[in-house]
Amino acid sequence: MQNNFPIIFFSSCLQVLGIFIVTFFILHLLPGDPIQVMLGESAALSDQVKLRAELGLDQPIYKQIINSFSQIMHGDFGNSIFTGAPIKEQIIFAMKNTYYLASAALIIAIILGITGGVIAAKYRGSSLDKVIINLSLFFISIPHFFLGPLLMLCFSIGFGWLPISGMDSPFSIVLPALTLSLGMLAIIIKMTRNCMIEIMESDTVRTARAKGMREWSITIHHIFRLVLIPLITIIGMQFGSLLSGAVITETLFSWNGLGMLLVNSIQMRDYPITQACIFVIAISYVLVNLLTEILYKIVDPRMKDI
Amino acid sequence: MKKLVFFIVFFWLFGLIIKLFTAFDSNQMIFDEILIKPNFSSWLGRDDYGRDIFHRLIDGFLNSFEIIFIVTAISSFIGVFIGVISGYFGGKLDQIVRYITTLFMAFPGILLAIAFAAILSPGKFNLILALSIGSWVGYARLARAQTILIKSLDFVKASKSMGGSHRLIIVNHILPSLKTPLTVEATYAIAGLIIAEASLSFIGLGLQAPMASWGGMMRDGVRFLLVSPHYALFVGLSIMSLVYCINYLGDFLHKKWDIKSSENK
Repeated sequence: MQNNFPIIFFSSCLQVLGIFIVTFFILHLLPGDPIQVMLGESAALSDQVKLRAELGLDQPIYKQIINSFSQIMHGDFGNSIFTGAPIKEQIIFAMKNTYYLASAALIIAIILGITGGVIAAKYRGSSLDKVIINLSLFFISIPHFFLGPLLMLCFSIGFGWLPISGMDSPFSIVLPALTLSLGMLAIIIKMTRNCMIEIMESDTVRTARAKGMREWSITIHHIFRLVLIPLITIIGMQFGSLLSGAVITETLFSWNGLGMLLVNSIQMRDYPITQACIFVIAISYVLVNLLTEILYKIVDPRMKDI
Repeated sequence: MKKLVFFIVFFWLFGLIIKLFTAFDSNQMIFDEILIKPNFSSWLGRDDYGRDIFHRLIDGFLNSFEIIFIVTAISSFIGVFIGVISGYFGGKLDQIVRYITTLFMAFPGILLAIAFAAILSPGKFNLILALSIGSWVGYARLARAQTILIKSLDFVKASKSMGGSHRLIIVNHILPSLKTPLTVEATYAIAGLIIAEASLSFIGLGLQAPMASWGGMMRDGVRFLLVSPHYALFVGLSIMSLVYCINYLGDFLHKKWDIKSSENK
């Protein structure tokens, strides 16, 4: 195969279609009549008929699928059942906040993770290496809903440095971003360290040393470029865990993102919003995976012919 | 690290022994001792209804493990069945299975479980269903990759040329080879399920009150973080220590059996 971008792109499209079908049927899986579940059994009959027509549930199922697909392609997610406001605006607002939070977490994880991994690899076997490894093991076992309260206890209640929750001050992002990033940070540290050690012992690096290249120049030109390849894959793969971790983290810190919108909509039984949130989160995950795969092929020229 | 793991295991065994011999009721409330700090009569203190946190932790442990055990049994059975069949027979069926597994993997982490738990009314049965829906995929991928690997080995070919039926090859050759990688996979999966179950309960989609669940206790603990931080601290520490132990066990088994990662797309 000369070029398999079309194949990757096609399979991503199939995934998007699959996600759409799964989220579409969520409403149909509701036990009993979805309209009665949402409005309550004592709702007036006229309200029930109105909502049924609004959600398009009075039409045959194939028509419903086509209608809702064309709606979503136009970026229209329908209206909220409780407020009647269009869901699109809420979703876009929440999406901005979630991406803001996720990218902050990503930046923290990448910067600290690569630094930690490089240090651990350079001083392999030393006590510093052991401290970094054990810390990353600790980070990996700690669930978001425990790490968050721990950070709150330490930095908000204990020292009083940072706001405990909400999004009022510009420093509000620090704690949720830290909470979200630590799991990924641990994986990046582990990956960077193991790759660095493997590459540092390779022939390329030995040749470069024999040529008399400077140590920092070897690190940047030879080692780091090769470490980048597996790192991109792992970061792309782990982005999904950032998105699903955001559900818990946002609820914990009252961060107005997709995760909190999702949890609130579930509690209010506002199912169209639930559907939209799940759809948007899954789609962004697929897009990131697609991006990772493309980036991977650009960074590693060896992958072009495979 | 080994000592720490043994300590944690002994702690939970000790808790289970206490449960066995004293048959305490974790829902017993003492309103005079609401959110009291740890003391001699209630070792880890009491929660916002005056219930003993230690007792509730043990009951939560039992409730979680009942669910996780059933989910692991169901999802590994379904996953292995689908994975082996699709890897062994290949062709159109294999392509369909591959498409379905990639579709399921398009939902990051516990999102699929959240979606289903949100739609189905909360309760034990629906929780098991919601968790199983996403977790069979890992087993299916592993079983499929391993089946394809074993299928091409000489002893399987020999068995086939001597007239061995499909059933004989699957039962006698392929399934036994799945035992070790599956055990390791299941160990890691259980660690993930503990967190997933607690996360679902944390956002109110898991076991309902008054049943003890770690996620639900964590949510209450966070609510009273300012007044009595020991509540959230103890619950979080128990979840974390258990997850750590199970991951440790996974690493141990992985090293012991020296499993090469045989996952191919």
